[in-house]
Amino acid sequence: MAIQRADIEKLCYLARIDLTEDTAADTAAGINRVLELIDQLRAADTAGIAPLAHPLEETQRLREDRVEEKVDRDALQAVAPAVESGLYLVPRVIE
Amino acid sequence: MNWETVIGLEVHLQLATRSKLFSGAATAFGAAPNTQACAIDLALPGTLPVLNRAAVEMAIRFGLAVHAEINPISVFERKNYFYPDLPKGYQTTQLARPIVGPGHLDIELTDGGSKRVRIHHAHLEEDAGKSLHEGFHGLSGIDLNRAGTPLIEIVTEPDLASAEEAVAFAKKLHAIVTALSISDGDLSQGSMRFDVNISVRRPGEPLGTRTETKNLNSFRFMERAIHKEVARQIDVLEGGGRVIQETRLYDGDTDSARAMRSKEEANDYRYFPCPDLLPLQVDAELIERLRATQPELPEARRARFVTDYGLSDYDAGQLAGDTATAHYFEAAARAAGDAKLAANWVMGEIAARLNSAELGIGQCPVSPEQLGGLLRRIVDHTLSNAIARQVFEELWRGAAADADSVIEAQGLRQVSDSGAIAAMVDAVIGANAQQVAAYRAAPEAKRPKMLGFFVGQVMKASGGKADPRQVNELVAARLAEDA
Amino acid sequence: MHDLTLAEMCDGLARRAFSSIELTRHLLARIAAANPRYNAFITVDEAGALARAETADARLAAGDAPALCGVPIAHKDIFCTRGLRTSCGSRMLDNFIAPYDATVVERLAAAGAVTLGKTNMDEFAMGSSNETSYYGPVKNPWAPDCVPGGSSGGSAAAVAARLAPGATATDTGGSIRQPAALCGITGLKPTYGRVSRWGMIAFASSLDQAGPMARSAEDAALLLQAMAGFDERDSTCLDRPVPDYRAALDQPLAGLRIGLPAEYFGAGLNPGTARAVRDALAEFERQGARLVDIRLPHSDLAVPAYYVIAPAEASANLSRFDGVRYGHRCANPRDLRDLFMRTRAEGFGAEVKRRILVGTYCLSAGYYDAYYHKAQQVRRLIRQDFLDAFAQVDLILGPTCPNPAFAFGAKGGDPVAMYLEDIYTIAANLAGLPALSVPCGLVDGKPVGLQIIGNYFDEARMLAAAHGFQRATDWHRRQPEALAEAGA
Repeated sequence: MAIQRADIEKLCYLARIDLTEDTAADTAAGINRVLELIDQLRAADTAGIAPLAHPLEETQRLREDRVEEKVDRDALQAVAPAVESGLYLVPRVIE
Repeated sequence: MNWETVIGLEVHLQLATRSKLFSGAATAFGAAPNTQACAIDLALPGTLPVLNRAAVEMAIRFGLAVHAEINPISVFERKNYFYPDLPKGYQTTQLARPIVGPGHLDIELTDGGSKRVRIHHAHLEEDAGKSLHEGFHGLSGIDLNRAGTPLIEIVTEPDLASAEEAVAFAKKLHAIVTALSISDGDLSQGSMRFDVNISVRRPGEPLGTRTETKNLNSFRFMERAIHKEVARQIDVLEGGGRVIQETRLYDGDTDSARAMRSKEEANDYRYFPCPDLLPLQVDAELIERLRATQPELPEARRARFVTDYGLSDYDAGQLAGDTATAHYFEAAARAAGDAKLAANWVMGEIAARLNSAELGIGQCPVSPEQLGGLLRRIVDHTLSNAIARQVFEELWRGAAADADSVIEAQGLRQVSDSGAIAAMVDAVIGANAQQVAAYRAAPEAKRPKMLGFFVGQVMKASGGKADPRQVNELVAARLAEDA
Repeated sequence: MHDLTLAEMCDGLARRAFSSIELTRHLLARIAAANPRYNAFITVDEAGALARAETADARLAAGDAPALCGVPIAHKDIFCTRGLRTSCGSRMLDNFIAPYDATVVERLAAAGAVTLGKTNMDEFAMGSSNETSYYGPVKNPWAPDCVPGGSSGGSAAAVAARLAPGATATDTGGSIRQPAALCGITGLKPTYGRVSRWGMIAFASSLDQAGPMARSAEDAALLLQAMAGFDERDSTCLDRPVPDYRAALDQPLAGLRIGLPAEYFGAGLNPGTARAVRDALAEFERQGARLVDIRLPHSDLAVPAYYVIAPAEASANLSRFDGVRYGHRCANPRDLRDLFMRTRAEGFGAEVKRRILVGTYCLSAGYYDAYYHKAQQVRRLIRQDFLDAFAQVDLILGPTCPNPAFAFGAKGGDPVAMYLEDIYTIAANLAGLPALSVPCGLVDGKPVGLQIIGNYFDEARMLAAAHGFQRATDWHRRQPEALAEAGA
């Protein structure tokens, strides 16, 4: 099922990836190639088959409720693009 | 023509775990920014979640308390959206298979009746961080200490018909989760946040379009926000307009609400099972163990207060609703040896003083043991009520460790020596011949009121220390004698 | 010294035939000389390697040396290394230094291994040719105009070019086995859950698995021994005993039932590759294994299912790269939206963006059922094919890839042509099964890989089979002519 330019723009917004004018056509073509591939799934007979999310059907292990992480803020923020007074700076958040 | 209001609640409840839902970082309030956000909470590449056992058990305890089914298998999913306070770019939550299935909670209505509110489900999820807007020269600062804090989101059916019912439900929920010790219930810190779905309709008509008012963090704001939104929707509809489905933000300080701009635009959350977590299995054995150790809930406690302490149903309800208050009352009653007296003091003096000082029962400067010790001295007639209040004042001020040391230091022991009291009564009667004559001339019906004058004088002469019951008896007897 | 296998290096170090410092210096010098040619390393940690080698020598001298003490290895740049840049082959993480080690890194360090550096890879492990790396493609030591395979192309090339005796790698759809095949080395993707994913940058969490690359099954066994085992930091890592892989290597092949899936020998398989694989199968038969024709009927759905599931998981896994807490951030963002959109547009390459967008599409409202849900159902069918097969056979053998190494740019702009190079490797990831590739021949001077797929947690048997084959053949000892001629 081929997708159109408008769909690509919506996807790019959902995924927060700026779509530049010069690559838009290539992006759409590439995605449509992949969609042709995955559309082969439609032919598969999967009636009554339960989905498989994990290869091994194990269940979740639980962690005891203990404070085990010592937070070294300076070390963690050494890789941050912009911090001030221990906070990560971003353009103003408007709700 | 009248309107019907239809309300459903989504309640975000922070669980009182020590560590986060998926990491071993601390959850305590008030730490310096980003000092409780570890690599996992910050979503550094390569980090992975492991589920906190305590959070799971707390969710199950909640489910049991609202008579819900606990799902033997529940699944964590990723809810995808970008926001600077959401480090992974998705929230790990539950959707199709939540841990707590349908349940219900009964609330009491003001007319004395009760109403069953159905709970659609409750699920485990992680909280996001916070954005700070002040002091960053036009930018926002992100504090991720709260990111990853465990929440349960409790979703009701649209069974509530008014702001009052919604508040009654919220308070009942608060009473239950604090009784279960699964949350500190501190609304001011955001431990319990309410999203309210509101619509109005003409009776008998299908449901109207609803709006969602988000993040109400006090019962009062919730009540006001609902009134406001109901009125707004009715205005819109009566003006011939249509209610738009939207998310609204209520500002308690200005008592106003507005539609939210960001976050909600073109949302498509693309939920799918989180591949870093496996399905959560809850076996019957765990459920039974939790059921067996479930703390007493307010309703059961209320019934017990009536039978065990002989309290009225109303008083029992007042004291049993809030777990901290109930514990305070029970400890004070034990120490006092008189539950009714303790109940009166906790609901009277203590409640009034805490209220005017804007303190919670947990911050009461007088411990229940101190209060009990004081009340014991009323019970054994060492103190009159008036002097007891004086002693209470000292305890409240923190001036003494217990009532007995105040009584000792200030010589406040009640005079119950009948000879001494008789002498004081005689002196008062002797000094007030005119009033005595008036009393004796007065008709029977008026006398009890006039008796108060003499009793007051005697109490005053005793410095408040005379046992008022004895004074009453003696004064009445003496005035009757000479008549 | 670089011609020694990893096992021989362990042996030489233990006998003090040479020191770790000598060995490490030697390999660092080779890397310095050869890396400009192969581009196998993104980061070389000379100072760190020498310091670790010195520590290793002290332990060797003191006689308390762990299994891999003093052996230099390389880590794929997808594993976080404390204090040493971890780029994941992406501009997004060009400046990222993790404050922790991946479990795999930690365990190999604990076993005494010396980290030489971080190897090149397709960006975020998305690729089969190493052409998507921000740091440029890796060259195949066997044919410099050809790709080394991907995504672990840097690790494969480093091992093939004798720059390191072994390296770590990861495999989401074939990223260990395919480059191992194309570079003529041995690579093992363990059972999903056998090796911890902590500190390994996620591509598709339910498919990703770390494993070793080396020149022989024996060397791979030694590395896997150190890497495998339970880790409480990874919820999907299983608590199962780890057998002694090296001790199990000598199990005879006689009596082994080997399944040959018809679907892996059909159209699309290069005739030269087919011949080499058939010859290898004959050797297994000669050693007493029994060849059994089997069917894996849903094989043709593996690639389509994978290209729904892997991009869907990746679309969420890569959302954390938003320019807020680490990594690339665009200059002067106007607002939040601009910050996110431009940071991600600049930080990610074309293939990564394509997969994020495809994954976003497959999960979006109205498409989830047709794609994601359906792919998960197909995933169960594919796993069931294998469960049925393993009821009849002990191992499944076939080609690792349909073709030997192809030239740079050969797949042009067609992503699907590239994806189909993983046609035989992807199913094992979907099923979570262990699979390895061993060299089994040359076509036009380029290596061919034989794939051995095992049952869950049956790595010991697979390694033994590979070892049995390698005892009787010398494909794993062949080296690119250029290397042999250089006599280096």
